Amino acid sequence: MSAFKGKYHDELIANAAYIGTPGKGILAADESTGTIGKRLSGINVENIEENRRALRELLFTTPGALKYLSGVILFEETLYQKTAAGQPFVELLKENGVLPGIKVDKGTVELAGTNGETTTQGLDGLAQRCQKYYDAGARFAKWRAVLNIGPNEPSQLSINENANGLARYAIICQENGLVPIVEPEILVDGSHSIEKCADVTERVLAACYKALNDHHVLLEGTLLKPNMVTPGSDAPKVTPEVIAEHTVRALQRTMPSAVPAVVFLSGGQSEEEATVNLNAMNKLKGKKPWTLSFSFGRALQSSTLKAWGGKPENVAKAQAAFLARAKANSEATLGIYKGDAKLGEGASESLHVKGYKY
Amino acid sequence: MACASFTKLNAASSQWIGQQPFTQRHGSLTTRRVSVPIRAKAYTDELVQTAKSIASPGHGILAIDESNATCGKRLASIGLDNTEVNRQAYRQLLLTTPGLGEYISGAILFEETLYQSTTDGKKFVDCLRGEKIVPGIKVDKGLVPLPGSNNESWCQGLDGLASRSAEYYKQGARFAKWRTVVSIPCGPSALAVKEAAWGLARYAAISQDNGLVPIVEPEILLDGDHPIERTVEVAEKVWSEVFYYLAENNVLFEGILLKPSMVTPGAEHKERASPQTIAKYTLTMLKRRVPPAVPGIMFLSGGQSEVEATLNLNAMNQSPNPWHVSFSYARALQNSVLKTWQGRPENVEAAQKSLLVRAKANSLAQLGKYSAEGENEEAKKGMFVKGYTY
Repeated sequence: MSAFKGKYHDELIANAAYIGTPGKGILAADESTGTIGKRLSGINVENIEENRRALRELLFTTPGALKYLSGVILFEETLYQKTAAGQPFVELLKENGVLPGIKVDKGTVELAGTNGETTTQGLDGLAQRCQKYYDAGARFAKWRAVLNIGPNEPSQLSINENANGLARYAIICQENGLVPIVEPEILVDGSHSIEKCADVTERVLAACYKALNDHHVLLEGTLLKPNMVTPGSDAPKVTPEVIAEHTVRALQRTMPSAVPAVVFLSGGQSEEEATVNLNAMNKLKGKKPWTLSFSFGRALQSSTLKAWGGKPENVAKAQAAFLARAKANSEATLGIYKGDAKLGEGASESLHVKGYKY
Repeated sequence: MACASFTKLNAASSQWIGQQPFTQRHGSLTTRRVSVPIRAKAYTDELVQTAKSIASPGHGILAIDESNATCGKRLASIGLDNTEVNRQAYRQLLLTTPGLGEYISGAILFEETLYQSTTDGKKFVDCLRGEKIVPGIKVDKGLVPLPGSNNESWCQGLDGLASRSAEYYKQGARFAKWRTVVSIPCGPSALAVKEAAWGLARYAAISQDNGLVPIVEPEILLDGDHPIERTVEVAEKVWSEVFYYLAENNVLFEGILLKPSMVTPGAEHKERASPQTIAKYTLTMLKRRVPPAVPGIMFLSGGQSEVEATLNLNAMNQSPNPWHVSFSYARALQNSVLKTWQGRPENVEAAQKSLLVRAKANSLAQLGKYSAEGENEEAKKGMFVKGYTY
């Protein structure tokens, strides 16, 4: 077989398919310590381990929310944390049919000779780390590559370099029992049209799948986490139907049907925008031989954070906000969201930060 | 001063190469730089429509594009001389079969045939149009040895292809076909695979530019004693390269068709594979490599017997696929016809009936509803010829 067949072959396929269960999606709660610090400071909460733990506990113990999730991506610290009552987070998630995932990249660095383009680090010692994470209960991993659209970007160098990094990461994960989420994020920054975004997305995804094939990655045991195809943040907006059409077409042209699911990133869209766009994609008629779901960070947590403000007395209110977004996105994966989620404060607020450094 | 302008010239040209990563279409050599490549120019809608109509349920392609030399072999097998009159008579028999359009949506012709007519003076392309069968045209110029390879071949035909394609379009052709080969016993070498894929990509882009839906055919030859696992490995590599280069050449995937070989063990492998096994391996491979945007996959028969080719196609259509999965058969549709005809006018009607029998069988196979009961022995005879040169 051209695709590598290791000892985790069947498990990888089963886990990837499970994550793509219609009606479910992923909560991306893998903010690094630095990034979660930005979130916490936005609500005047100190960036200490206890607060980080408390936030994640708030999310994972929201009554009724876990049934809308097939996976949660964690940062390394969180993988080993427990609830206040002493139950490991990993156990709590597994009990509720949610697969724990783990961010394994070590951030981006600049590519010399380019205009600020980046590549992603983290391959050194990755195999050993994956084994460790598997033993701790993780069953999928995530690695984020970043590209941007500019007059001369993304360059062929950036595309090749990021695609290759994703492919190496993916095969190492599969060798060690983790389903790799392949994330080539093309940033929304810029004033380009949706057609330009579509063209770049198709180019980048073609390169990614070429690299994955060359590295013998088992496509049935992977997931894709792409950006939706939209106009640039400084360009005139378009309707969700137009976004849906361009996004699905880009995937039809690049993503083999062996991949079971797409879990979109939200990339700065407001909570409501991200949900409505996902819904439009699932209502669209046409060939869609994969599940279209979500892997949202900001777009699932924004109003929750605002409602919490770090105060124990606000936990119930914050959990209600989280439940509302989780349910709305679950409905969006089935194309039945009616836009009637009780909008928490800030649910329609754009979460885009220009030149955002993750 | 000459130096200054020379430097400026150099700076400008290297600036263009360094700073314009997106390839420009030939038409935009002027100052109007297009930042998004335009696929297929004026023919986009027509290409998509043509591909869709060929890839329609219960239909497939009749391949009768044998070059004169190859057609000569067919005629010789029933004792006929290889003359234009005989070739015309044979193609007339096939193309005027009443009711052919019920099972056949496209017919691939050789150049000579595209310009021929019936003995009554009706153009062959008009006969096809009357049955709603799309005329297609073989545009490659055959295989030649690939220097520096391990005895492998490459496919010629790019020179002047644009103007030839435009001429064929004028004559009524709406799709094209280009067949290159990959040999497993010879490696295949990375060079041969790359050349096959790149040639197909260039041909596809040129075809679309001139209104012809390109059928993309990298035939992985049946020759060899390798197991089915080896065939899968090679097929996955070949299709990965093909799609990568097609994308690089800005080919519109909604306006192409594929003509792959099925994934089977080599002809001389000790074990035969059942239709179910062939279907499983072939579909797994295609799902890993073919983007859903491609509307149709039309298998070649490559030396399988008529019944084998039909059974295998049937096995592939037992559950829904992301693309139309059908046939583009030459030998597997024509073998019984030739044997029935024997070159005699009094046998024409019977020969046409036997073409309909095969066409209907494959149409049912496309719908997953074929049964081999009642097939005769002739139809079950294998047609593999070792080292077969097309």
